[in-house]
Amino acid sequence: MSAVDTLRAEYELAIVGAGPAGMAAATAASARGISTVLFDEQAAPGGQIYRAVTTTPLQRREILGDDYWHGRTLADALLASTAAYSPRSMVWAATRIENGFELAVSRAGRAQLVRAAHLIVATGAEERPFPIPGWTLPGVMTAGAAQILLKTAGVVPGSGTVVAGSGPLLYLVLAQFAAAGASVDAVLDTTPPGRFRAAWRDAAGFATSPYLGKGLALLRRARAAGRVVRGVESLEAIGDGRVERVRYRVGGTTHEIACSSLLLHQGVVPNINFANAIGCAQHWDDAQACFVPSVDAWGTSSVAGVTLAGDGAGIAGARAAEAHGTIAALNAACALGRIDRAQRDAAGTQAQAERSRWLRGRRFLDLAYRPSPQFRVPSGTTLVCRCEEVTAQQVIDSVRLGCTGPNQMKSFLRCGMGPCQGRMCGLTVSELIAQERRSTPEEIGHYRLRFPIKPVTLGELASLPQTEASEQAVVRLPR
Amino acid sequence: MTALTADVAIVGGGLHGCSTALHLARAGATAIVVEKNHVGRHASGVNAGGVRTLARHEAEIPLALESLEIWHRIEELVDDDCGFESHGQIRVAENDADVALLHERQGRLRDLGYSHERWIDPPELFERVPALARHCLGGLIAERDGAALPYRTTAAFRRKAEALGQRVLEGTRVLDVAREGQGWRIDTSAGPISAGVLVNCAGAWADRICAQIGEPVPLEPVALMMMVTLRMPAFLRPVVIGTGRPLSFKQTAEGTVLIGGGRRARLDRDAETTELDFGELAASAAMVRELFPVMHGAVVNRGWAGIEARMPDDIPVIGPSSRAPHLFHQFGFSAHGFELGPVVGRIVAELVTSGRTTAPIAPFSIDRFDAGAARG
Repeated sequence: MSAVDTLRAEYELAIVGAGPAGMAAATAASARGISTVLFDEQAAPGGQIYRAVTTTPLQRREILGDDYWHGRTLADALLASTAAYSPRSMVWAATRIENGFELAVSRAGRAQLVRAAHLIVATGAEERPFPIPGWTLPGVMTAGAAQILLKTAGVVPGSGTVVAGSGPLLYLVLAQFAAAGASVDAVLDTTPPGRFRAAWRDAAGFATSPYLGKGLALLRRARAAGRVVRGVESLEAIGDGRVERVRYRVGGTTHEIACSSLLLHQGVVPNINFANAIGCAQHWDDAQACFVPSVDAWGTSSVAGVTLAGDGAGIAGARAAEAHGTIAALNAACALGRIDRAQRDAAGTQAQAERSRWLRGRRFLDLAYRPSPQFRVPSGTTLVCRCEEVTAQQVIDSVRLGCTGPNQMKSFLRCGMGPCQGRMCGLTVSELIAQERRSTPEEIGHYRLRFPIKPVTLGELASLPQTEASEQAVVRLPR
Repeated sequence: MTALTADVAIVGGGLHGCSTALHLARAGATAIVVEKNHVGRHASGVNAGGVRTLARHEAEIPLALESLEIWHRIEELVDDDCGFESHGQIRVAENDADVALLHERQGRLRDLGYSHERWIDPPELFERVPALARHCLGGLIAERDGAALPYRTTAAFRRKAEALGQRVLEGTRVLDVAREGQGWRIDTSAGPISAGVLVNCAGAWADRICAQIGEPVPLEPVALMMMVTLRMPAFLRPVVIGTGRPLSFKQTAEGTVLIGGGRRARLDRDAETTELDFGELAASAAMVRELFPVMHGAVVNRGWAGIEARMPDDIPVIGPSSRAPHLFHQFGFSAHGFELGPVVGRIVAELVTSGRTTAPIAPFSIDRFDAGAARG
């Protein structure tokens, strides 16, 4: 079914996010006769990794690469399925009701409530915060944002662009720039020296990973995008009103390079806001240095009726996410009583094997690209919360005033209470408090996130069907 | 395990528990505050921060007025201004019934000798609240009222109490309370505490302490919803509350707008979780747009609910237990206990240390529910 104009009041299954996991889950669940709705904020299916795969102006396949175009098969299968696909739809709240959930969904400026017996949350990954001095200057953006411009509009970087950071996605973006004929002035690689050797020692399984060949080819192609400076130990964006140059240190020596645009990236982390707000338990994953929702092999979360799928349940990459989507659909079918556990396990054998194949050697990537502490935990006047302009020192001071965790600190400093709702500072704050208290992020915990998980206008909120406030339901003032 | 000892054990690290601990220290008594989560975790830390004498139950007015005087000098008490600002609170009349109700109230308060609530006609109302919709017909104002930052306030009381030598045990759950000699033994998840006096400041969980000593109390846990917008240009200084409709509305110093007013979330008291009711919040949003046209494009960034204790008559329980000696209750503030925190801490500290108080707390006796049961 192509995009739906009107939504029903109720579905058996609602899926949030139309990336590889969400698309695969919707296709698999609807094939089993489950009435399924798939909500996604974008105008076309694909998520971040396959963004605009049905609409991109870049039709020369070699620019975005075969791995990108694989997403087209997922999108085509989704659009051919009986799932109701609802693009440009923001699910900003979910509440537990009897026999399921009630979702608040905004489409075209109006909100409505949709009920579903089961939820698959496939909210994917987001770029890890990269809080260096000057990271909020105009002209500094994430490499992922630059990639969105490339995919959706064919925009490539102009002269004076410097790229800094680490991680597979950084090299993918560079390779795509190179294929599109663009170059960058410099690549400041922050991967610590000796990491690959150490990771190889601890995670030799990578030798059998499908990503090994892909990765080597990617590194080769990425190098074509510009001069690479390895072993960068510190970074600072400098400029008056906007970024003008980058100061960096290599081997103890400081250098500067002029630039008009600085693209930062140091890996991706699960986008946990929805899962967190609905109450799913999560834990600190030290290898990936981020919070990850706690799930079993089928994506079952700690909240009854909620299955998590894809990178939102732990970073594993697009192909593992796709298999995870199929697995999540089977888990939902089981939870909805369509199949029993044995049938689920049997039907999921192939998808589980596929997922395992793509997970092979994951540990190598985690170890090789784990960002160094100095790029995760800032100090001094470096901003932690860009919405409310809270510095690292202010967070440290609030700990000394007795804040033992991110939620108290939020009340103290408004850190994390701005429009990004903690997406840009959550991990930084937990790690900073942990460091200051000589504790661990696991012990310190993450922000308790609240609905709406994305800002919503008062007008949209008012457009929801209203409860007739009963005398009983309201605490009233005396006469 | 050796028991911790103090003159007084206080169950609950909300504003009231911390205030009582602080006032006890000033009176020379040692106290341990036992808090199951962290200080200010529930209603004390996340309420709307209203410092309101306006629209109080008549029994609460003397306490509220005395507390307001403390608020105006709060820094002298806790070494922190608590973010307190006094721009008044206004209760608006939207129709003839509201006008009649407010006029009748003002007359009744005048007869009782109170002058803190004053009627204002539309010209003064719109001068004070230019953004208010023009269908409003006037209102009652309490000019010395205001608002403070709830978490900062609660933390300031806690820090001052600790600075004066009191102890606060966070992440510590009370498992059992029992008489021990002349005093109390409190078994907690962090070990036993021996204290001469027990103070029950356990908020939405206070009835559980009562149940342990055989003093049932009709407490209803409630979770009241709030929402806050992104920053907006300044358009409002006083706090505005509704008369016929549930609303509490204020713009903070940084420009965000706080919307509350007594609408309830669904609540799981044992899990200590709340589920927002978006149908209720939608009704709230629609009302806000009617009263403040400037809010049409406002962006709601966050909704939440604080867990709180409500009594059937909407006034708190303050005073000695009717069943056990050396036990004092201080709970059930029914969604308007924040303003009372400074003074009730003083009153309870006075009860603990001297056995009496000059404050008029008879209406808040826990006995009143017994009497009701006997009549019923």
